[in-house]
Amino acid sequence: MRRAIACLMLVLCAMPARAEEVVLGLSKDQVAITATFDGSEILVFGAVKREAPIPAEPLDAIVAIAGPDKPLIVRRKERRFGIWVNIDAVEIDYAPSFYAVATTGPFQRVLSNVEDLRHKVSIPQAIRSVGAPSSIRDAQAFTDAVIRIRKKNGAYKVEEGAVALDQETLFRTSISMPANLTEGDYETRIFLTRGGRVVTVYETTIDVRKVGLERWLFNMSREEPLMYGLMSLAIAIAAGWGASAAFRMLRQN
Amino acid sequence: MQIYLPIAEVSVNAFLLLGLGGLVGILSGMFGVGGGFLMTPLLFFIGIPPAVAVATEANQIVASSFSGVLAHLRRKTVDLRMGTVLLVGGLIGAAVGVVIFNYLKSLGQVDLLVRLCYVVFLGVIGGMMFFESLRAIRNTRSGKPPKRKKHNWIHGLPLKMRFRTSGLYISVIPPVLVGIAVGILAAIMGVGGGFIMVPAMIYLLGMPTKVVVGTSLFQIIFVTAFTTLLHATTNFTVDIALAVLLLVGGVIGAQIGTTIGTRMKAEQLRILLAIMVLAVCAKLALDLLLTPSEIYSIGDAGGH
Repeated sequence: MRRAIACLMLVLCAMPARAEEVVLGLSKDQVAITATFDGSEILVFGAVKREAPIPAEPLDAIVAIAGPDKPLIVRRKERRFGIWVNIDAVEIDYAPSFYAVATTGPFQRVLSNVEDLRHKVSIPQAIRSVGAPSSIRDAQAFTDAVIRIRKKNGAYKVEEGAVALDQETLFRTSISMPANLTEGDYETRIFLTRGGRVVTVYETTIDVRKVGLERWLFNMSREEPLMYGLMSLAIAIAAGWGASAAFRMLRQN
Repeated sequence: MQIYLPIAEVSVNAFLLLGLGGLVGILSGMFGVGGGFLMTPLLFFIGIPPAVAVATEANQIVASSFSGVLAHLRRKTVDLRMGTVLLVGGLIGAAVGVVIFNYLKSLGQVDLLVRLCYVVFLGVIGGMMFFESLRAIRNTRSGKPPKRKKHNWIHGLPLKMRFRTSGLYISVIPPVLVGIAVGILAAIMGVGGGFIMVPAMIYLLGMPTKVVVGTSLFQIIFVTAFTTLLHATTNFTVDIALAVLLLVGGVIGAQIGTTIGTRMKAEQLRILLAIMVLAVCAKLALDLLLTPSEIYSIGDAGGH
């Protein structure tokens, strides 16, 4: 009996997926978008739970947060008859509206290309495009353009070395989310890697929702569009009349 | 102070929007233009999605035009009769314009057509107004009496009607035709059409500049109210929070603009409008001609 248990323990320890596990904490697992929402900072922290001695190969951690996917059309301008016109267009099947990756070190060292392909961690892997028409030879340039434009406005970011890892056990990082967030489930993944290989993955979601007035207005615009339109007009007319009346009083005084 | 807009899903500075609304409101009150042709590009620039910008802009124009019309009504510079005639033509034109717009959309490249339309119309109208008002200013400086109104073929048409406020006794056919033409263009170009309507009323119908502004605003209210409802029910793109911020600035601006407008001479008003129209035209033309810094653009799949 004892030997059997010892055997089992040994097997359990040898199984790579179980050898090390992530115990995660988030400073918040819900982001409420209120009228004065001005971006959010999420602290991702946790510990590595293990029942075996620490392997010799150094441990690395990757934190990736992805916003809801949305299909896009990317257009490219070309000069025709002296003016710049949209000519080619490529449909991107899905691209996350927000994507942030933080790592403990240079991306190349932390994650091998094979593992990146398998788990789709880096930004180019998170975007999928299959629908490029055959007339367009350089479909990749369109995907690159999405990444370039979104990196520029802060929707996509790679922060190498932003995850702090202490004694191969405690890790933490903070990810700032911009003010221009879309509603939805933000898929959050934490990878532990050794020598570029993924040792374990932990997945959770951060819930980003409009609340209060924002929620009410959004729902009304979708569920009762006519009422919403009439309300907009009523406000406009009332404001126009109000300003006119106020100015008349000002002038009379 | 940052405000998150519920429909546009972006966060913007509230004071920036108040300022923009005020600025466009002043122009609206002064010149009788809705200001959509100025505001829409400005909203694109601060990161509002195009569909939301166009729809919300229409709602804001309702407010500033209404505010402006009330100010003009007090001064009795609105020709309600002429406004109604133009409006009837305008609504017919808008319906025709929507059909044309959808046909062009099925052909693709509607974006380019709209831009070219803008450049050509703004250029032609702005140029004509600029030189005409320049001549008028020069004539008053040198003391020459202004030219008498010509008695042309327009006065020979049937169905004559008296427009007392404008001091006109003309056939209703030209105003209806002007209304239809402006309605078509407004629907295709996605604007209220004030900047085409104002010069058309001055030069084609021979209305006095002072009356033109109020009358133009009067008919813009109805056109843009209709547009707002259409966008709210079909595209769900009217952002009420954005509209409120813009229109608070807009209605105040419209009152100030009207006051400035009534203190200015008609030809000065016309030359300023001409300069503004030409500036927008030049900006659009440069966008088409100069090499853009980013030749790729991201759009929503399915939408336009």
